[in-house]
Amino acid sequence: MSYVLCPEIPAPGFSFDNCKRNATLESKGFAVPKAIKTGTTIVGITYKDGVILGADTRATEDTTVADKNCEKIHYLAPNMYCCGAGTAADTEMTTQMVAAQLELHKLYTNRESRVATANQLLKQYLFSYQGYIGAALILGGVDIEGPHLYMIHPHGSSVDLPYGTMGSGSLAAIAVFELGWKPDMEEEAGVQLVRDAIAAGIFNDLGSGSNVDICVIRKGSVDYKRTYDEANKKGVKQGSYKYPRGTTAVLSTKVLDVEEVSVTPIEAERMDVV
Amino acid sequence: MMMQTEMNAYYPDYSTAPIQRQINPYADNGGSVVAIAGNDFVVVGADTRLSSGFSIYTRNQNKLFPMSDTTVLGCAGCWCDTLTLTRILKSRMQMYQQEHNKQMSTTACAQMLSTMLYYKRFFPYYISNILVGLDNEGKGCVYSYDPIGHCEKATYRAGGSAGALLQPLLDNQIGQKNLVKPSSEDLSQEKALAILKDVFIAAAERDIYTGDSVLINIITKDGTKVETFELRKD
Repeated sequence: MSYVLCPEIPAPGFSFDNCKRNATLESKGFAVPKAIKTGTTIVGITYKDGVILGADTRATEDTTVADKNCEKIHYLAPNMYCCGAGTAADTEMTTQMVAAQLELHKLYTNRESRVATANQLLKQYLFSYQGYIGAALILGGVDIEGPHLYMIHPHGSSVDLPYGTMGSGSLAAIAVFELGWKPDMEEEAGVQLVRDAIAAGIFNDLGSGSNVDICVIRKGSVDYKRTYDEANKKGVKQGSYKYPRGTTAVLSTKVLDVEEVSVTPIEAERMDVV
Repeated sequence: MMMQTEMNAYYPDYSTAPIQRQINPYADNGGSVVAIAGNDFVVVGADTRLSSGFSIYTRNQNKLFPMSDTTVLGCAGCWCDTLTLTRILKSRMQMYQQEHNKQMSTTACAQMLSTMLYYKRFFPYYISNILVGLDNEGKGCVYSYDPIGHCEKATYRAGGSAGALLQPLLDNQIGQKNLVKPSSEDLSQEKALAILKDVFIAAAERDIYTGDSVLINIITKDGTKVETFELRKD
């Protein structure tokens, strides 16, 4: 039995309680609510001293923009970040869960987390859900083995690449990399290349838009540049749309006096020590 | 020996039943149209982005079609249907001119468009049409249509991919809806133009199919003036 003072701990993992009910409702013509997708451009490259991750900041709900400035570069560990594309909730929750696992693992082993470990945790988790967790990830970080970049697909496969892109703007972005990426690039050139790749996605893919976020990970330091570039300036309105006082009609007014209540704190009694 | 129907139950891959296949004759190429009429003018604007799915075909496509000196049609939706409809409409405008030795009035053109749309009742043109112009008294007027020919006369209207987003804004700002003290002033051309530009800025923020730039036609008794206005390009 569970009651207020002793709540029952819910079973770990997902609850499938409503699956049957929802399937019945759907078969009777009830429209299932749509999840927010990040409809994204995310990219990553390796350069001379580490990895650079990049992302746009638009989240879409079908054809409308749900969030104009969302964060798609997620924290995993002090030396590791992860870009997420696909279902917004899935990328957020999956990276949060793995971040917690990596933190515990680091505390247990007293060593810096390895990127290969995070890759293994993510792909095994995604594979166990057979693609139903719609997260396409670009994992990047620097560990004892050096810089690493992994592309992880929703069904649980992953590849270790020197540069890569994912999301609906991946084709626009990969074109920029195929043209400009070289091994052992300088940081400044690398950041510029990542910016250009994200900008290509922002302008040529309708699912991507707004700003460019960039995260540079070197050995021993991280530089998270939120809103590195505002690719689009918002239009300037010509008129003022402030409503004058009294625009909304006041139907009735009633004034109530606030009752004064005095509170006397009770001193805690000292415990008897035998 | 097994019956044909029984066999199919055991071997679904070897079904001999006829399979019906279908193609989709329509495309949604997006775009928005906004029209605002005043006492002696009418302004109509359409964004210039032509797109499909998640990609942009062009950032510079005119979606406003002059039908006569005082009439303009704005179209959004399936681009191939727009091309066909406007081509037929224009040729019928020309036939009228040659037969009657005068240009068709805006009201007559509005009625003709309705008839032409309803003619294709069971295979409609997939277009959101907004026809604007000056009537015989020189007053601005706006006609909006559904894809199968229902016609409604109005003084302002938003249509296309951001139509549902913009119409309530126009209802409030131009129709003076939900205000305690509606202003009794006549709508000036400057105010109409400013609101038209501002609603497109708003639409480009939230609708992925609206952007790049707006092409505006301002129709008065002195003729049609064309203006462009830049929007965000993401």
